Amino acid sequence: MAKTQIALTVNGRREEALVEPRTLLVHFLREQLNLTGAHIGCDTSHCGACTVDLDGKSVKSCTVFAVQANGAEIRTIEGMANPDGTLHALQEGFREMHGLQCGFCTPGMIMRAHRLLQENPSPTEEEIRFGIAGNLCRCTGYQNIVKAIQYAAARLAGTPFQEAAE
Amino acid sequence: MNDMTPTAAERAEKLQGMGCKRKRVEDVRFVQGKGSYVDDLKLPGMLYGDFTRSPHAHARIKRIDTSKAQQVPGVLAVLTAADLKPLSLHYMPTLAGDVAAVLAEDKVLYQNQEVAFIVAEDRYAAADAADLVEVEYEALPVLIDPLKAMAPDAPLLREDIKDKTDGAHGKRRHHNHIFTWEMGDKDAVEAAFRKADVTIKELISYQRVHPCPLETCQAVASFDKIKGELTVWGTFQAPHVIRTVASLISKIPEHKIHVIAPDIGGGFGNKVGAYPGYICAIVASIVTGRPVKWVEDRIENLTTTAFARDYHMTTEIACTRDGKVTGLRVHTVADHGAFDACADPSKWPAGFFNIVTGSYDFPVAHVAVDGVYTNKAPGGVAYRCSFRVTEAAYCIERAMDIMAQKLGMDPAEFRMKNLIRREQFPYTSALGWEYDSGDYHAALQKALEATGYKQLRREQKERQDAFRRGETRELMGIGVIFFTEIVGAGPSRNCDILGIAMFDSAEIRIHPTGSAIARLGTKSQGQGHETTYAQIIASEIGIPADAITVEEGNTDTAPYGLGTYGSRSTPVSGAATAMAARKIKAKAQMIAAHLLEVHDDDLEWDVDRFRVKGNPERFKTMTELAWAAYNSPPPGMEPGLEAVSYYDPPNMTYPFGAYVCVVDVDVDTGATKVRRFYALDDCGTRINPMIIEGQIHGGLTEAFAIAMGQEIHYDEDGNVTTGSLMDYFLPTAVETPNWETDWTTTPSPHHPIGAKGVGESPNVGGVPCFANAVIDAFKFLGTTHVAMPHDNWRTWMVADKLGLHG
Repeated sequence: MAKTQIALTVNGRREEALVEPRTLLVHFLREQLNLTGAHIGCDTSHCGACTVDLDGKSVKSCTVFAVQANGAEIRTIEGMANPDGTLHALQEGFREMHGLQCGFCTPGMIMRAHRLLQENPSPTEEEIRFGIAGNLCRCTGYQNIVKAIQYAAARLAGTPFQEAAE
Repeated sequence: MNDMTPTAAERAEKLQGMGCKRKRVEDVRFVQGKGSYVDDLKLPGMLYGDFTRSPHAHARIKRIDTSKAQQVPGVLAVLTAADLKPLSLHYMPTLAGDVAAVLAEDKVLYQNQEVAFIVAEDRYAAADAADLVEVEYEALPVLIDPLKAMAPDAPLLREDIKDKTDGAHGKRRHHNHIFTWEMGDKDAVEAAFRKADVTIKELISYQRVHPCPLETCQAVASFDKIKGELTVWGTFQAPHVIRTVASLISKIPEHKIHVIAPDIGGGFGNKVGAYPGYICAIVASIVTGRPVKWVEDRIENLTTTAFARDYHMTTEIACTRDGKVTGLRVHTVADHGAFDACADPSKWPAGFFNIVTGSYDFPVAHVAVDGVYTNKAPGGVAYRCSFRVTEAAYCIERAMDIMAQKLGMDPAEFRMKNLIRREQFPYTSALGWEYDSGDYHAALQKALEATGYKQLRREQKERQDAFRRGETRELMGIGVIFFTEIVGAGPSRNCDILGIAMFDSAEIRIHPTGSAIARLGTKSQGQGHETTYAQIIASEIGIPADAITVEEGNTDTAPYGLGTYGSRSTPVSGAATAMAARKIKAKAQMIAAHLLEVHDDDLEWDVDRFRVKGNPERFKTMTELAWAAYNSPPPGMEPGLEAVSYYDPPNMTYPFGAYVCVVDVDVDTGATKVRRFYALDDCGTRINPMIIEGQIHGGLTEAFAIAMGQEIHYDEDGNVTTGSLMDYFLPTAVETPNWETDWTTTPSPHHPIGAKGVGESPNVGGVPCFANAVIDAFKFLGTTHVAMPHDNWRTWMVADKLGLHG
């Protein structure tokens, strides 16, 4: 199949590549750029394990063609750590609050939470739950994911995190 | 000089041993997208496999034409049963003593059954070619309802075994009959029912569901023709068992097979068995000489690899007028699908379903299970439970509610009256299990008090009155359950898989500088083994958990083990870990005695060191002893400090718990809202409370999914109507309730550290608790039982049938 030239920025790095027009963005990221943090869980845009940030929006990269990302700026989980190599507040929050178990949904969940906090830096529990409703987790029951995002929101705002009483 | 400054408590804290909320080791890679899952693997020259599948549930294959598929650029091979048959690989043995088709030969027996396997340079070409394989089918009558499977005129499904009257578990009575399994005293039960003041009888069905881990089943096979060696990376909950099965099937000697289970994205039972995709990837790698990757998509996952449940349990309880149970009788029809690929210990075709007497003191009981074939996908795995324990718990907890209702007793009071009493432990059940330990009354009492149960019942009564007066359209339901799990399979006297006893293993090596590596026969799929096993070792031998690497999943390096499912990791491998650590400690004690020039018996253990009794300034820390083991062992003693343990558990462990759920039900929409869910779990000794809480949250969420929406549903033609996440319910953060967790601690008396296992308890107890809560809302109007799942439509139908919609 004829290939198309694309150029895009991924985690601050300019990438140029030839892709089939039907190549999905998630396959391009995982197989051509070797960024395997975005996972494939359902193929039908339900689970959100493949969520990445594309031009300031959360997208499910299994439902975007790589050619549609031509010229775009993309951020994946691999680009989330702080420049000094320490964990981003969300990555830290997920670990501190036990917001992950098998880890398969985690990269997509963190990327979604990242965009959510960009849009709403101090979300309520309800807003968090609604905001991550496009990302499925089979292990945690979400309660600790919600706490992890609250933890990160507090850290990013420079305020102490207070766990809500159960 | 030795440093005496830190106190014992300070030193213990530094170890991060058992009982502390140690942060997970695994998370550091997972939160950075650096986990290593099967589909992340990329080998030079790797090919991709994909299946052509049957659109029919039951049809004869008249012709397969692969020519168009072979012409797709990038396609290297198209395998069909005709290619596998000369190698005797078109069928594979199942764990249940049956065979299952790898690629369909003469006919297909369920929708999406594998018919041809495409091998291509990339996954897109493989998918293109899969669509171009032409198969001519002749449709046959379809059998979907398991209750009709043994009708005289039921269609013949398994032509390959139609003359086989001896099954793996006794005589077959019908061409769709697999086995009948019975337990208990039938005559005594009949007598109990004759004498009973009150009896109930109800068909309690547990719908077919699927574990649906977020990562599907997948494998990469790589055959090295020069060495004659096969390496398989895969989503394997039981890597060693897969190696043995691969050797038996392929005839490649077991030492030339390397099975590696890397990080696994959830399993929940789905990844225990062996599937056609694994076999085809292996064959394709042998044929092409290149590595072959096979990755299931979600539809394939939901419709072909390992469903769970599909148990139809006719349940009867006999009881005295004042509410004392006197007998239990359960007859179950078990739908195993087209092949019996149920993943149970060999001697247990219905798993541990005989735990169905639950937490109650039934003097007599009888249970019979008929396994049958239907035109559905094979499987029958334990979806986040020990073998068939969720089915049993749902059955008894529903039936107890129905009996309480008939007696006019409060369901909590009725349970209180019949729970096994503390002084009865160890308790031998009417169906043969020896429950190890428990304090059931204390647990239920704590749950009732914590939730303000009496007040909840008063509120419910007020709501019902208001509803009758037309002041509200919302009903309130309260679910209360008490469950007993049976996990940690299991003792070699009655548990094996393919003849291999269900022990498990741990090997610990202490390095000269006092750090360590532990390797185990189990395999984490999210349970946090790398974190918790290290905590056990830390507490046992005083090496900080942070100085211990835990490794699983590589059959070349890990001692043989039976894998992770049925909550067996902590009860079996956790015990092996403690036992191996104790062997190391015993050797370290001899080294310490030598260095301190005292007798072994003059030493006592103190957190991380041996010290001389009565002279605590004289001691040797574990770090010093590790060095000495390599540097100056006592004369006549082998150098080094390592041990391996293969632990054959003397008994199962029996975690238990009491759950309470409160739901509000809108009778006009059928919508239910879980107002409160309280879960008290007793899993014996608690290794990491943070991980336990996480396991309970997750298990409750899966229970919520099953009770409130999940079903693998087939229409009458055998089409799966819930085959993608569009239709198969996985709750999001919005639907999922908040969970309240609590605990009591009753250690297992026979386990080295008293731990019982916890991962599956919340699913076992959760499902009946949700169901009981929803049904409880309608009880005052006469409703006794409603089948799951309790989605809005079904709940609306309940209200409609009761005439609540005017």
